[in-house]
Amino acid sequence: MKWLRRAAAFALIAVAALGLLAPVVAPYSYDEQFRDAPDAPPRRRFLMGTDEIGRDRFSRLIYATRISVLLAPAAALASVIVALAVSGLVKYGVSGLTTICLSLPWIFLFIILRAELPLNTDPVMSVALTFGLMGVAGWAWPARVFSASIAEIKQSGWLTQARAAGVPGPRIALVYAWPHLRSVALAQFRVLVPAYILSEASLGLLGLGVPDPLPSWGNLLRDLQHPDIVRGNPWVLAPLGLLMLVMLCLELTQSSREVAL
Amino acid sequence: MTWFVYAALLPLAALAAGPLAALAAGPLAALAAGPLAALAAGPLAAPAAGTKELRFSITGDPKSFDPLHLEESNSQSIGDITSGVLVKINRLTDKIEPELAESWEIKDSGRTIVFHLRAGLKFSDGSPLTANDVVRTLNRALDAKEASPIGDTFRSAEGIPEVHATGPRDITIRYKLPKAGIDRIFDQLGITPASAAKLPASAGPFFVSEYRQGDYIRLSRNPYYWKRDSAGHPLPYLDSIRVDIQQNHDIELARFLRGESQVINRLEPESFDRVVKEKPAAARNLGASLDPQFLWFNQAPAKNMPEWKRKWFTSATFRHAVSGAIHRDDLARIVYRGHAHPAAGPISTANKFWFNTSLKPRVADPAGALKSLESDGFTLRGGMLRDRDGHAVEFSIVTNAGNRPRERMAQLIQDDLLKIGIRVNVVPLDFGSLVERITKTLDYDAAILGFSNVAADPIEEMSFWLSSSPQHPWWPSEKSPATTWEARIDELELKQTSESSREVRKKEMDEMQRIVAEQEPVIYLVNPDYLCAIAPSVKGAEPSVAPPQIFWNVEWLRLE
Repeated sequence: MKWLRRAAAFALIAVAALGLLAPVVAPYSYDEQFRDAPDAPPRRRFLMGTDEIGRDRFSRLIYATRISVLLAPAAALASVIVALAVSGLVKYGVSGLTTICLSLPWIFLFIILRAELPLNTDPVMSVALTFGLMGVAGWAWPARVFSASIAEIKQSGWLTQARAAGVPGPRIALVYAWPHLRSVALAQFRVLVPAYILSEASLGLLGLGVPDPLPSWGNLLRDLQHPDIVRGNPWVLAPLGLLMLVMLCLELTQSSREVAL
Repeated sequence: MTWFVYAALLPLAALAAGPLAALAAGPLAALAAGPLAALAAGPLAAPAAGTKELRFSITGDPKSFDPLHLEESNSQSIGDITSGVLVKINRLTDKIEPELAESWEIKDSGRTIVFHLRAGLKFSDGSPLTANDVVRTLNRALDAKEASPIGDTFRSAEGIPEVHATGPRDITIRYKLPKAGIDRIFDQLGITPASAAKLPASAGPFFVSEYRQGDYIRLSRNPYYWKRDSAGHPLPYLDSIRVDIQQNHDIELARFLRGESQVINRLEPESFDRVVKEKPAAARNLGASLDPQFLWFNQAPAKNMPEWKRKWFTSATFRHAVSGAIHRDDLARIVYRGHAHPAAGPISTANKFWFNTSLKPRVADPAGALKSLESDGFTLRGGMLRDRDGHAVEFSIVTNAGNRPRERMAQLIQDDLLKIGIRVNVVPLDFGSLVERITKTLDYDAAILGFSNVAADPIEEMSFWLSSSPQHPWWPSEKSPATTWEARIDELELKQTSESSREVRKKEMDEMQRIVAEQEPVIYLVNPDYLCAIAPSVKGAEPSVAPPQIFWNVEWLRLE
């Protein structure tokens, strides 16, 4: 199944590259309104047609890919770093902290955050805050996994030997413990990336998350609330297709990795 | 999937009845929310053989069946069909017609009205309807403890009127000063029986006979309703009306197109186009509705707003320029698919009597808008407009999240204003946060909202225009009017309450509309069209743009 893993990895790179090169690849700007062609069907001028206010769906999808695919890994990285820091540095009560964090109604906290943000906040800043909060808020689940791994490491013979030999704590953590934790951290990172992509999509459907006119997979999927739009132009489903492709590829690369491990 | 996704999704799953919930529950579920959900909704059970039952939907359970507590649209929809009123305004002719009162007299220069009830009136439970029922109903509406939303209509600046039964069929209502529309306001007061029941008896054409929460309400024909047709046949013609509680408009539309319901009282433009395509004989577009969509700037001295920004918003030149840069035709054509009309002012062109016919919708003129801004000290540099002190002209527009037409209008306006160098941030907020900002914290720059007018008489909008009112949009609860034109609007509005002559009131309202057009404290955008669907099998329907649209003459509707 090596070829499948490679194909999945290639597809992920291609999608990420598409997002990164959005200004070059996209035929129009994501916010350019063609008022003479609202709700236009796919044709040469607009490959996937236009949305309700005449913006090119293809261009918006490419720019949306940049936001959704690139910011989700950044948020996942933040979660893993916070989780590792909490699990490694806090000696007592990590389990209680994670339980409290997991029981918080995050969706409402997002609504409050959106309501309390200054109204003139730049859309890019708003996006950064959304993903930033996702990243910081999402530490609890990986922290539980890390805590279990760290507890296991603490009971290992090599750690006792290292301590007896007088190896300083930071060196133990970086040189001896980190190689044991790395694969766990990587697995958690891989799990969080698709989770954040989906979370952003869910927030977008609620009108939270990435503010218009900036496109994201989440706010593009809001069109699915209107079956008439889907019926008139099946390309409205393209963000959904891309989302599913990325999720599948992440799953394939992850599964292969797990098998390899 | 990790906890975070579940945390984001689980609360939404609780909303499973709504279309948004289906969408929010993940992209795959989103697919099912539309046509599949509509298909999945099984056909409705057929009514009993031989009965003439009309079917339509409302979006949720009514909070009350009490005619004095019709506080939201679903309760209002039921109340419109069941309420027995003293007089009724014919929604087509705008004339007052007798209902439970066979006649009435206005005395003391509009201070007093005397109603004479018909003989032999009964509620739907067979109990007699007398003058005492009318007195008790009105006193209940006026009782502050009752907190009836309709009570305000019958109060005046001088307090509440004296209400007396002067005979078994005669009622006298006396105000201290002339009361505007003293006869017409009784179109809204449903007379209630003395006995309170969960499903109250009614004096209107139908009464609530069955209610299954979250499922449907059955309204049965009132056997004691007084009205008959010219052939002496007792009204209403229909045996019953089944009102389905259906939050999903797609399912409502699918059922209508399958012939399982006969009426949709209000259609969105997309759904209307589908009805036009699939059942053209059922689609009705009555033109511009009474409901305006509008934008306004916050002119109140809010702590988070710099003084230079407030200076823009309090400048009529600035407001005119913004208004002049907006392509209202595009708003109507793109956002409402051509089913809207550019608005000319606070009163819709559909409101034939009250609209000031000298007003015309503003035609977009970005070049003219920029010129007037430049004459006021603004300059366009590098694509960005700056005021005379060098501040970049940038502001935010808030609107309620989820209201797609308003969000779309805001996006088009954002683009229109960018062409004259003004940067706009569009911020959709959940409704609670939006109301908090525009009425309490006043922490916002501009807002887009709209009205759903319940009556054609502009006196209903008085709380919107009075500067001292908490609902006054651009500066709620002003201690005193900030400008002479605001003082004049206050004066004209207050005159409305004590002027009994409609013609005099019309002149005052014409002046008010002219002032609003000159100053544009509120920038009117469009009046969406009133769109509805009535199956060809329904006869006798004469829908009007004035609420309750299709149902104002419900007793005359019949099914063939």
